[in-house]
Amino acid sequence: MTDVLAVADHRRGELRDVSYELVTAGRELADVTGGDLHLAIISGPVDDFAEKANREGVDAIHTVSHGEEFNHDIYTQAIAQLYDAIAPQYVLAPNSVNGLDYAPAVADELDLPIVTDAVGLETDGQTLIANREMYGGKVETTVEVDAESALVTIRSAEWPTAEGTGDASIEALDADIDKDAIGSSVTGFEEVGGGDVDISEADVLVSIGRGIEEEENLDIIRDLADALDATLSSSRPIVDNGWLPKNRQVGQSGKVVTPDVYIAIGISGAVQHVAGMKGSETIVAINTDPNAPIMDIADYAIHDDLFDVVPALTEQFQ
Amino acid sequence: MATHKTMMKILVTVKEVATVEDEFEIEGTAIADQYLGADLNEWDDYAVEEAVQLQEAGLADEVVTVTIGPEDCEQTIRQALAKGADRAIRIWDDALEGVDLLDVGAKTELLKAVVEAEEPDLVLSGVQSGDDSFGATGVSLASAVDFQWGAVVNGLEHDLEDGVASVRRELEGGVEELTDIDLPAVLTIQTGINEPRYASLRGIRQAQRKDLDVQTLADLGVDAGAVEGDLELTEMYEPETESDVTVWEGGADDTAGQLAELLREKGVAQ
Ligand SMILES: Cc1cc2nc3c(=O)[nH]c(=O)nc-3n(C[C@H](O)[C@H](O)[C@H](O)COP(=O)(O)OP(=O)(O)OC[C@H]3O[C@@H](n4cnc5c(N)ncnc54)[C@H](O)[C@@H]3O)c2cc1C
Repeated sequence: MTDVLAVADHRRGELRDVSYELVTAGRELADVTGGDLHLAIISGPVDDFAEKANREGVDAIHTVSHGEEFNHDIYTQAIAQLYDAIAPQYVLAPNSVNGLDYAPAVADELDLPIVTDAVGLETDGQTLIANREMYGGKVETTVEVDAESALVTIRSAEWPTAEGTGDASIEALDADIDKDAIGSSVTGFEEVGGGDVDISEADVLVSIGRGIEEEENLDIIRDLADALDATLSSSRPIVDNGWLPKNRQVGQSGKVVTPDVYIAIGISGAVQHVAGMKGSETIVAINTDPNAPIMDIADYAIHDDLFDVVPALTEQFQ
Repeated sequence: MATHKTMMKILVTVKEVATVEDEFEIEGTAIADQYLGADLNEWDDYAVEEAVQLQEAGLADEVVTVTIGPEDCEQTIRQALAKGADRAIRIWDDALEGVDLLDVGAKTELLKAVVEAEEPDLVLSGVQSGDDSFGATGVSLASAVDFQWGAVVNGLEHDLEDGVASVRRELEGGVEELTDIDLPAVLTIQTGINEPRYASLRGIRQAQRKDLDVQTLADLGVDAGAVEGDLELTEMYEPETESDVTVWEGGADDTAGQLAELLREKGVAQ
């Protein structure tokens, strides 16, 4: 029991980057345990994916050709069968929306402890030590897993992607999928967040978060955006509340933006928000909380009340 | 097959989460008590609302909440009752006292016992809890009780015909997956699926009289060993930052002036 099994992530015909990050994280663990790194590729164009994922560090790739799109029942069954065949010490999965749709079920089925959203992993061969955040990124923790085997989902963009060309063996697993146990089916996909504006095109974004408190208060942010000739965007709660349309949302489930200037006002900087704006050239944060996670990626900051700073800033441009 | 509408029972998992003040201190592996507050988990608020709306639409006849937590969290549970849930179950036991991190497996064991006793048709949980953010309990529970499931649901059609829930799962990058899920099922509910109501005064009054049943491990028939868990929280610290942020000091006029200067340098609004 020294091997590591990682599960690749893909969606609608595309292998997602976290798959290569899983290879890096898995390799690091396998180097210590002294075992092999296996990569599972389940559903979709598996041969094409296997070729792409065959990067340095992977010892064996197992493909399970079953259906085009993600289905958690197929994943759960296929991973359980691979687990029985390989007997890995650690199983790694992506902390993506689909990862969270199968990993907990796999852990339950195989009676493995599960750690989700790890940002760091270490093992001495016996005890697994994971780093993860709590309270929306305000603190980080170390969690020790006291078990022979464990399942971990890793946060995307925390490990570098594996590069190079590997020489992994590629094997097709003839998984025994019980079709009667499949209780859900995908009927389609929809792109949301279209409409009149495309915030990903903007050079300057004035972005507002839950610090604004009330819908009526949005006017002061609109005034600022107008004065700066900037585009208005927001964090998720503003859209959840129906105060701005979905096409204004920045983040994991909204848009990825890379403006010249991103002004985050009353936004804490949760990981799902940061995923959508960390590529901005200059990031300015206006937030009363000097410890807010947004400060980690901001270039400039004002630790003050937005209701004082925003009108004063607008005035400077009138 | 003839379409039929059955009346359903819905179980909603409700957690009281710890909230942290801007300035805080860490003591050992926890944030010092005086910097902590408590609130109904944001995601669970949406799950409760969805359940109550299903009941109002005539699709469910009972909404029951279940919470793992000490007596202190009864106020939070009453909030869910005030918003329209019919009764509540609270699980607590001496064996849970002092557990720093109740892991997913342990929560699953406890909730499984409640699902088996209550036999709901639909279980709604939040996508994650705002404090430890594991995001795994709902799906783990589904697997343990042999229900179907869907994670990160931000749309649910209110007809549930033929025992099928038609949902939208919110994937990354503005893509939604449309999925049909057989009931009984566990759905993990994402924020934005509805507009959670504020409790009315009448609701708050009624909530005081609703059943809040406390269950111990023995009541649930769960062995103390089952909740011991394999995870141990060994350290808590403020994240290291590689930030080289320039912080402007002074009154709002000063700081706004500095920012204005930067923006002009960058060619904004010129
Ligand atoms: C699956 C999933 C997907 C998600 N996708 C996204 C996404 O795409 N985009 C997204 O943004 N989030 C997303 N989230 C939600 C995310 O986890 C956070 O909940 C959200 O980003 C928080 O938004 P916020 O920063 O505006 O609010 P909060 O975290 O509540 O922060 C508000 C901030 O305002 C500050 N503040 C308060 N009052 C003032 C004042 N008067 N002056 C100045 N500052 C003030 C506070 O100090 C705080 O830092 C997702 C979550 C999940 C689970």
